[in-house]
Amino acid sequence: MFGDYSIGDLGSIFVMQGFAGLILFSVYVLMALGLAIIFGQMGVINMAHGEFMILGAYVTWMTSNVFQAYLPGLFAGYFFLAMILAFIASGALGMLVEWALIRHLYKRPLDTLLATWGLSLILQQAYRSVFGAREVGVELPQWMLGSLHVTDSIEVPINGIFVMCLTVLITLAVAYIMYKSRWGRQVRAVVQNRVMAGAVGINTEKVDRYTFALGCGIAGVAGSAFTMIGSTGPTSGQLYIVDTFLVVVFGGAASLLGTIASAFSISQTQSTLEFFMSGSMAKVLTLLAVVGILMLRPQGLFALKVRK
Amino acid sequence: MTDNRFVNKSELIGILLLAALLVVILPLFLDVFRLNLVAKYLTYAFVALGLVICWGYGGILSLGQGVFFGLGGYCMAMFLKLEASSVENTKIQSTPGIPDFMDWNQITALPMFWKPFHSLTFTVIAIVLVPGLFALIIGAAMFKRRVGGTYFAIITQAVAAILTILIVGQQGYTGGINGMTDLRTLKGWDIRPDHAKIVLYFFEVGCLFVCIFIAQFIRHSKLGRILVAMRDKEDRVRFSGYSVANFKIFAFCVSAVFAAIGGAMFALNVGFMSPSFVGIVPSIEMVIYTAVGGRLSILGAIYGTLLVNFAKTSLSESFPELWLFGLGGLFIAVVLAFPNGLAGIWGDYIAPQIARLFNSGNSKPGGWAGKPVADSTPAE
Repeated sequence: MFGDYSIGDLGSIFVMQGFAGLILFSVYVLMALGLAIIFGQMGVINMAHGEFMILGAYVTWMTSNVFQAYLPGLFAGYFFLAMILAFIASGALGMLVEWALIRHLYKRPLDTLLATWGLSLILQQAYRSVFGAREVGVELPQWMLGSLHVTDSIEVPINGIFVMCLTVLITLAVAYIMYKSRWGRQVRAVVQNRVMAGAVGINTEKVDRYTFALGCGIAGVAGSAFTMIGSTGPTSGQLYIVDTFLVVVFGGAASLLGTIASAFSISQTQSTLEFFMSGSMAKVLTLLAVVGILMLRPQGLFALKVRK
Repeated sequence: MTDNRFVNKSELIGILLLAALLVVILPLFLDVFRLNLVAKYLTYAFVALGLVICWGYGGILSLGQGVFFGLGGYCMAMFLKLEASSVENTKIQSTPGIPDFMDWNQITALPMFWKPFHSLTFTVIAIVLVPGLFALIIGAAMFKRRVGGTYFAIITQAVAAILTILIVGQQGYTGGINGMTDLRTLKGWDIRPDHAKIVLYFFEVGCLFVCIFIAQFIRHSKLGRILVAMRDKEDRVRFSGYSVANFKIFAFCVSAVFAAIGGAMFALNVGFMSPSFVGIVPSIEMVIYTAVGGRLSILGAIYGTLLVNFAKTSLSESFPELWLFGLGGLFIAVVLAFPNGLAGIWGDYIAPQIARLFNSGNSKPGGWAGKPVADSTPAE
């Protein structure tokens, strides 16, 4: 398979495919971060996670339209406001869903899966009714278009770099919140021992609600970033949900570092394979490898030892 | 449940009522088109039946039943497709005698794994064995390592995704996204005209009742009781000396084989098979049929399948927008308010009323509902 390329070409190919893999990696990490909090910390299977992400994407799309129509001068910076709005919208919806649905089902994790799947159907149809069935794409500001020429044969798109920087920032923020802040300590205390956490005065119901909302809000930001590299339709979220769950499970459900490592390995494998075979076969092989490894090592790459 | 009979009185009445409905009432009052629709719905009832064993009794939620439905369906469809692609039927192709989609994809010879499907005997064995062995491999790999609950659900879902992508991607060997269409005859007997559809309907109902009796037998045997015990307190069963993994593997394989029979029936009755019945969405829909009917009730699952599908057809014909809201709402309502589904409502509210009406003195809920699942946490 390498016969037709020179060494230099091959190098460039690997760099370019590696970069494409890094963009996929960013999307996986952004989606998986929210899920790692909700599934990994709370044990809730949120099948509607993709729909929370799409909500963020639609919020971004609306913001860009508003800026285009009324504030064309500030258009270059609309994206930062859109991200905040996306976080608030998805987080608020998450809080509502936790209050109405999830809190009744903490003892039945498999049933949360079915209920949130129902929720995802409702949200998809709602998006279809409100925004139409066609995919929408946002207008990117001028500075995000184009690409950087690193060498003659290697060039990298600017929006990709932007999404990657965003991913790093959000990951650092989540790591800080979960491991350094007082609130993150409360979350981890509730996860490790709910009864004891309640006994020392932590309001566990409140912690649950805000944890779920935070996970959904991050999904909203992910959706916002997603608009930079692809278009948004009512069912776009569903395309990624299984991959994202695999990323989280593969990494070891409760480990943030594991999530990042598994997102990296899965996305790099897939994008490298994609060059040598059809996209569908690359995906099949990647997923098969992940499922195979999970069968050998069910606890995932980075397992946290907790007493059950 | 102290005796070894595998149907008690109320269950026998329930089975006879279902038989009357499927064998007498529906064929009398429905035209052939609608009866064929019922036949299509009943193919999902096989899957729902398998899920009652595996999920309701065993506590193993598989979100990959579409995989087994698809494997069974594709085995059947491959046989029918080969018969439909005889040399004289496919004269206009550049390579006569191979299925049309292979010809479109520049494949000039029948692939090796297609060749045995010339034989009906092999096909029937494959319909049972291929999904059964596949389930055995997945089950053995997972349950022997004590992977269960949510992890198992996610991994089966991934398997469903993999198989769909594979089928869609390998167009030349599988027919791709369109699936295998234009299935014509079974051993020279045309499956398309109306009288053939009626014969196939009765054949399917017969198979369904065989499966119902197998399920009843499993449920009332010691095996079924161990399954329930395992669902409620897995460790206690393990400490009593039972091999929990083997029982789980067995339940999963039974459900896989039931689903595969349903898939084969689908290919026969509906006349095509496509990847849209394999993936994640159909797999979860099949779970919801079971949940609506009642995950603990063998007959409830069949009624649930029929009702949800009737609602789907009529609602999506007249209000396509409302249907997804309705289905989503149904998921949430069943999970939150009626974890035992229709059978639970029947057992808790309607059956006692009827019993009081006839004053039969037996006010215990019938064998339909059993123990509520809401309180018991699934085995981790």
